[in-house]
Amino acid sequence: MEQFFHILTRPDNIPIAGMLLLVLFYYWLGISQAVKNDKYGVNRNIDKVHCWPYLTRIEFLATLLIMVILTVWSITIDAPLEELANPSKTPNPAKAPWYFLGLQEMLVYFDPWIAGVVLPTFIIIGLMAIPYLDLNPKGTGYYSFRQRRAAILIFSFGYLLWVALIIIGTFFRGPGWYFFYPWEEWDVHRIVAITNVDLPYLFGIRSYFWSSVFGGGVVLGYYSLGVFFYLYLKKKHAELMKNLGLLRYVIIAFLFLTMTALPMKMFLRIFFNIKYVWVTPWFNI
Amino acid sequence: MSTWEKIKRSQIYRSVFRHGYKDTKPNRMHQIVSNVFLHLHPTSVWRHATDIRFTWGMGGITFLLFIVLTVTGVILMFYYRPTAEYAYADIKYLEHDVPFGMFLRNMHRWAAHLMVITVWLHMLRVFLTGSYKPPREFNWVVGVMLLVLTLLLSFTGYLLPWDQLAMWAITVGTNMARATPFLGHEGPFGTELGMKADNDIRFLLLGGTQVGPPALLRFYVLHCIALPLLAVAFMIVHFWRVRKDGGISRPPEHE
Ligand code: HEM
Repeated sequence: MEQFFHILTRPDNIPIAGMLLLVLFYYWLGISQAVKNDKYGVNRNIDKVHCWPYLTRIEFLATLLIMVILTVWSITIDAPLEELANPSKTPNPAKAPWYFLGLQEMLVYFDPWIAGVVLPTFIIIGLMAIPYLDLNPKGTGYYSFRQRRAAILIFSFGYLLWVALIIIGTFFRGPGWYFFYPWEEWDVHRIVAITNVDLPYLFGIRSYFWSSVFGGGVVLGYYSLGVFFYLYLKKKHAELMKNLGLLRYVIIAFLFLTMTALPMKMFLRIFFNIKYVWVTPWFNI
Repeated sequence: MSTWEKIKRSQIYRSVFRHGYKDTKPNRMHQIVSNVFLHLHPTSVWRHATDIRFTWGMGGITFLLFIVLTVTGVILMFYYRPTAEYAYADIKYLEHDVPFGMFLRNMHRWAAHLMVITVWLHMLRVFLTGSYKPPREFNWVVGVMLLVLTLLLSFTGYLLPWDQLAMWAITVGTNMARATPFLGHEGPFGTELGMKADNDIRFLLLGGTQVGPPALLRFYVLHCIALPLLAVAFMIVHFWRVRKDGGISRPPEHE
């Protein structure tokens, strides 16, 4: 445990623990208002008030509060400064800045071109696309869960996954990027026999060519789940799907399946030691 | 006559405060419109925009932190030279010899961490209140740009102390760029397109094949000039759009 407390109280890590608490608090604050609004309805006759003093006084108090927090924080805790940069001395573990630890954690499960480049690009594009993909006009301007269940659940899945990856990367990853429980000491000499296999191998396929074909089939099959779901939705919610349109649906399904591919791959790796699902001469997934 | 009235009528008080502030409607409006900074606001807002449980004040707090970072950052620039010979020593000097130097550096670092957290929370509140829906779609997009810029500002700043923590965090972070499809020398189809360690996208970012002095200078310029200017430009649009889109989102009258 000593090791864990040491990491937890590192000056740069305190904000991360704080972030976890803040995210939980604000989720509670938002969702509890949503539940209340869903139950009792919202006030739709909102009047106006003068900015001075009603808004400016809040801004003033918030400014004071934040400045007091920052001042106390800056007096009590010093920013870290290690030894002079030395390109020939690699620390173990070498960690990216904490807000990018999600990416570094994804590197465990995907090759760098996916984890470090393709997925972040999709995350940014996907975030930007949200207003153009979510056509549900309900639930604007107030907290609500019932009106927009799917949207909130999908968004929260990604939002909290990112937080979780940061927490894992900061507090549970030690030398060699191995996973260490809080009660374990970091062991720099830890070696874990790599028994990873590729998915086609697990199914008894040994030829390279047929492995590629099989893996490609699995990936295609995974994404074609979107097609089946489309047919299902078209039958069940014809009106909704007509409004949404095919293009929007394809984008949503693709981004959603890509997002859930991460936990799926994590599952395959952790429980079945799967390294790649699809191997080709140019890239591996 | 109350004591307060007596004080207010005394010669001393009246010599200092020429006249009082009458809390009237026109005065309340003047407070906002005749002040160039407060004029960012309209004179009146929807009542729930002043409800701290609704907005969490997160956008405003993020902006405040950006201002704190600008002020402390400018002062830090007086003491810091972005070259491999001086950078680390300048930070040491700042910590041990400059009056309040450590405090300054702390405040810059903690405000930066906090800003990343507050943008993240601001995005959550905007999402949970459905405030990205028409007519605010584009302001959400501008917001995502601001999120990315905030992360990049933080990332470029991380290198500047030029210590082990800085160098290796940036090494880990930029190593991924090697694997960019087409544009990185270890990415899919990279070698096919002629990418090598000394001409791919990572080389462009670092000005070298590893995190060295040119990378320090590049990150410094990005951190102190390019990215803040971009962030300010996007913030101007962001705040302007909040007003043009009809102020903070509110429940429609019918649904
Ligand atoms: C540097 C970063 C940012 C700053 C300084 C900032 C600042 C603000 C401020 C002061 C407001 C007024 C209301 C409030 O405080 O909630 C606001 C509203 C808004 N922000 Fe941001 N913001 C930033 C990043 C973002 C991000 C990352 C997003 C979304 C991805 C976003 C989307 C929006 C939207 C859609 C509104 C309008 C909300 C409404 O009408 O209720 N902003 N922002």
